[in-house]
Amino acid sequence: MLTDEKVRELTLQANAIRQSTIEELLLAKSGHSAGPLGMTDIFTYFYFHALRHDPKRPDWAERDRFVLSNGHICPGLYATLAHAGYFPVEELKTLRKLGSRLQGHPHREWLSCVETSSGPLGSGLSQAAGMALADKMDYGATATRHIYCFISDGELQEGNSWEGIMFAGKYKLNNLITVIDYNNIQIEGLVSDIMPLEPLADKWKSFNWHVIEVDGHDFRAIDEAVEQAKSMSAQPTVIIAHTIPGKGVSYMERNYKWHGNPPNAEQAAQAIAELKEAALKI
Amino acid sequence: MINPNLKLNPKIWNDDVEMLPIRHGFGEGLLKAAETDESIVGICADLTESTKMNLFADKFPKRFVQVGVAEQNLVTVASGMAAMGKFPFVSSYAMFSPGRNWEQIRTTICYNNVPVVVAGSHAGISVGPDGGTHQALEDIALMRVLPNMIVLTPCDAIEARKATLAIAKLRKPAYIRLAREKSPVITTEETPFEIGKAQVLFETDGLAHVGVIACGALVHGAMRAAQKLEKEGIRVKVMNIGTIKPLDVEAIVALAKETKSLVTVEEHQIAGGLGSAVAECLASTVPTPIEFVGMKDKYGESGSPAELVEHFEMGTTAIIEAIRRAVDRKQK
Repeated sequence: MLTDEKVRELTLQANAIRQSTIEELLLAKSGHSAGPLGMTDIFTYFYFHALRHDPKRPDWAERDRFVLSNGHICPGLYATLAHAGYFPVEELKTLRKLGSRLQGHPHREWLSCVETSSGPLGSGLSQAAGMALADKMDYGATATRHIYCFISDGELQEGNSWEGIMFAGKYKLNNLITVIDYNNIQIEGLVSDIMPLEPLADKWKSFNWHVIEVDGHDFRAIDEAVEQAKSMSAQPTVIIAHTIPGKGVSYMERNYKWHGNPPNAEQAAQAIAELKEAALKI
Repeated sequence: MINPNLKLNPKIWNDDVEMLPIRHGFGEGLLKAAETDESIVGICADLTESTKMNLFADKFPKRFVQVGVAEQNLVTVASGMAAMGKFPFVSSYAMFSPGRNWEQIRTTICYNNVPVVVAGSHAGISVGPDGGTHQALEDIALMRVLPNMIVLTPCDAIEARKATLAIAKLRKPAYIRLAREKSPVITTEETPFEIGKAQVLFETDGLAHVGVIACGALVHGAMRAAQKLEKEGIRVKVMNIGTIKPLDVEAIVALAKETKSLVTVEEHQIAGGLGSAVAECLASTVPTPIEFVGMKDKYGESGSPAELVEHFEMGTTAIIEAIRRAVDRKQK
């Protein structure tokens, strides 16, 4: 159970990461806004609490693995990695610029603290499952490492996703924990209109996964879900995180039109002002 | 005449020349490589026996992964395992892998630059009666456009085994193209093999009139064509391209300079395959007329392998005609 102090610390950290995300998107002049802001609390929870990792040693062999399948929300991952100490926060200004390590979608060869390149949707979960199976091959039941994979709701429309889901169920990859960013938006509208996923939990259950649903902005609920997932002995776990796209910025929240656009100067100023005001109340 | 330095099969012209499917060499090579490299894992999409990965799976069941009929998952699981230090070999039919999962190979293997070997079996028209849906005639094109990818096209089962062992040592992203049907064994255990090196299998006494550059199971037909024309006084060198990428530019340029007229031979669409690779190479070095033997922008159909190779004009007769055209173009 997270202490009040820990929850406050994570909330403050998430607020700072959201501000950095707005700032980097403003300078980049392109990129995705709503997804990163919606997942910031979960990014923060993992990089500032749950993950076994060391920002000073990104290649530490014993680290947990974190796979971002929906690579387009990387502005949020980059801001989190910078605040966690993987690279200077200043470097966020290079997002999407020529020669930058911070590519529009993550590029593993250039940025070693991401575990895989991603962007084309639907293939991250299978890669994470491959990692989980490799670890089991090497360590069997004594494997202590966890493989975490973030996927989006929209990319569950990809066939590759379901191939990976079936595969992880077959191999009983209990060391694999997947988090779905269920914000119900995609580029052209609502997921529930474009290609509905419901009944989503039942789908995963029928593929032999353990399913937990949480509020994606409730640190204690996320923590309890992850702890429960870690205790599973013969099933992979999916945490369906209900998130608010654009979370923390009033005009972006729940508006699918912010899926793939950055704020302009005026909009960014308003967003930062709102976030600063919110920070004062934490 | 047969190049004596390469220690080729002395029975190469005999009716009882040993016939083996090229894919067998892959299966044997994988098994042998896995005996010394414990990081090697095998992943298959429900075609373990057809792709001869069963040799590995039987010996190393704990290192074998069955993904079912799911080629996109096949290569993405492989990418994840490679990220953890494994060296995956994945096999299916070329039509499905790399046919169906090209983007996953591009992003998660080549762009990530992780060591995964994609083995595409049943490539080419010689798949036979399964018909056009199953005859991969585009796979070389799909794979050779990818940065970081090595593309191997062994000409027989022995070369396929050597190519598999060589790529296992190299530990880089690679595609190895395999054929289903039995084809003559051209090389021997003693024949040298090196990734990126082309070899002139059929030599001439004096400068050659035409050079034939071939790959895969059609190399034997190309040699047979050269042998027949030798009797008419037309001197033809036949070069085997075991590696399409990286291409042996030096050897191809040397052959072009000597012959000033070439023929390329492949069981693949003319667009984008070996012939295209050779043309790209020569257009920027030694512009040379080329006659292309391959699939002419069509799909295949059911039939016996030998019938299909002849029907679609990739057999010895078609190669001889192409060589004659190459001679004519030179004289003009």
